[in-house]
Amino acid sequence: MTAPSGFTPDTAAPPAGQGGAAPRAATAPAPDPAEQRRRDRRSRRYRWDVRWSPYAFVAPFFVFFAAFGLFPLLYTGWASLHQVELTSPTHMEWAGWHNYSRLWEDEFFWKALRNTFTIGVISTVPQLMMALGIAHLLNYRLRASMFFRVAILTPYATSVAAATLVFALLFGHDYGMVNWSLGLVGLDGIDWQNGTWTSQIAVSTIVIWRWTGYNALIYLAAMQAVPNDLYESAALDGASRWKQFLHVTVPSLRPTILFTVVVSTIGATQLFGEPLLFNTAGTATGGADHQYQTLGLYMYEQGWVNLHLGRASAIAWTMFLILLLIAAANALFARRLRKSQ
Amino acid sequence: MSATVSSRQPLDPAAPARTTPRGEKGRGRAGRQLHGGKITYAVLILFTIGSLFPLVWTAIAASRTNTRLAQTPPPLWFGGNLFNNLDKAWNGANMGTALLNTTVVAGTVAASTVLFSTIAGFAFAKLRFRFKNILLMLTIGTMMVPPQLSVVPLYMMVAKLEWTDQLQAVIVPTLVSAFGVFFMRQYLSQALPTELIEAARMDGASSLRIIWHVVFPAARPAMAVLGMLTFVQSWNDFFWPFIALTQNGNPTMQVALTGLSRGYTPDQSLIMAGALLGTLPLLIAFVLFGKQIVGGIMQGAVKG
Repeated sequence: MTAPSGFTPDTAAPPAGQGGAAPRAATAPAPDPAEQRRRDRRSRRYRWDVRWSPYAFVAPFFVFFAAFGLFPLLYTGWASLHQVELTSPTHMEWAGWHNYSRLWEDEFFWKALRNTFTIGVISTVPQLMMALGIAHLLNYRLRASMFFRVAILTPYATSVAAATLVFALLFGHDYGMVNWSLGLVGLDGIDWQNGTWTSQIAVSTIVIWRWTGYNALIYLAAMQAVPNDLYESAALDGASRWKQFLHVTVPSLRPTILFTVVVSTIGATQLFGEPLLFNTAGTATGGADHQYQTLGLYMYEQGWVNLHLGRASAIAWTMFLILLLIAAANALFARRLRKSQ
Repeated sequence: MSATVSSRQPLDPAAPARTTPRGEKGRGRAGRQLHGGKITYAVLILFTIGSLFPLVWTAIAASRTNTRLAQTPPPLWFGGNLFNNLDKAWNGANMGTALLNTTVVAGTVAASTVLFSTIAGFAFAKLRFRFKNILLMLTIGTMMVPPQLSVVPLYMMVAKLEWTDQLQAVIVPTLVSAFGVFFMRQYLSQALPTELIEAARMDGASSLRIIWHVVFPAARPAMAVLGMLTFVQSWNDFFWPFIALTQNGNPTMQVALTGLSRGYTPDQSLIMAGALLGTLPLLIAFVLFGKQIVGGIMQGAVKG
């Protein structure tokens, strides 16, 4: 008899014979043939169930996953080596590395790459630092703490589209509230749309607004898992609250911080809706001078405005390679952090 | 903007330091047990205003006329044009259809994600089978892959199936989620005692019976959380719907919103009414279930 391998704990050995709950093993007196057959059948069905049902349980996930996740992922690489036009997306012509070499010579690609990096930095760094600070404050015993938690998470419930349209209006040049407030304190209005830095700051503000609360809650959850005695001994050693924050809280949160850095980096590389809709002209160029066009938006422009799906695929795979590089850098960084500890 | 104002504050050593009552040092009172002081509250209130103000202002702008929005002191209080604008968006700009579409999409996706994630998560958490670890690694690994990477082939598939502008183009590719499987696996490996499954096995229960009578009841809290998170995410999903559905065809809310802002002289009050319509259902959910959603995100963080 093959040992049933299904409903047994991961760690324990598979039950043998008697303990395996196989009904067959329970028989003591000689049963009549009909009864025996029924038991055999049940036992067969049992073994079959235990053996194959795990696959049945993961199968729906993997069928969809393969069809709409894994296959497209690989196929993008294949498509990037072809010339494919949006007008007839099923007609592909071999082009070798042509799409990639075109990108290499394309100044807008390099601009988009640079913009993705700078917008990524000015949206991620302040966002995570603020989130850490907010989480620290929320970690105190507070009145209405649940109110604060829900309130700071609310932007998470708004969509990219809605948030960006609202912020585009707030950042308007002539009638926008931001410039009006600047005027109240005697400052000149800023052209948030057309400057390189100003437009990138405005786009980053939308990202920061939507995600700071979310990250703060993730940090808060990790903070609540930090054992109390770490703070106690730090306090005994005379560490101030600030020192405790730096030397107890932050190091304990290191894996969580790394996790949020990775997630935010991935989010930053795929920034799309904000730079698309912040442009009140309604084009996909990321401003008149491509000043805030990100890689994601550039890919959309190449594929769905200029109709070159092959080149869009090449941009997608370039983004993938960049992500792999970032992941490798993160892993190295994490290892060095651990060593220096 | 108040976000930038508060950005310095939380990291300011003075803020937390002042909340420490003197003489408590060494009494074993650690960080999280201390009460927040006035500055803690002040910073949190500022931050709350920063979080909520753009939403409140959306409602204010949606209650004004387009001409009023193009004047110099921006409106700071509600006007009388809200229902007019909402009506224009609902009927004139087809936001009603978009709202219905979005509800169908997000509801279907959330239900299916919860179902498949629970079953697959259970298999990964408690069952033994070959290739389990490889499959799990594969699942986790692709969580890191951005959706942009598969959008071209997806578009080709949708074009070939002639699904363009139809809701299944948005629904079918997102029926399962790697995050969901991982989330349920993490939850079930802790929350579901293995003895319970063994006992059910001893009683001769089939796998399906065990799923129905043991796994689903044990997983219910996590299923609720995953359902809420998936619903919010699907409701707000933009990139793929924007490519698969056109604005005039059969849009979801997010796609319809982009349609509103196109054109030479966009009607800002109409756009804001649309933004309000697209956000309001989730805001109401936040008022009703805010506590559970917060708990879910914090739980997901710890287990993830």
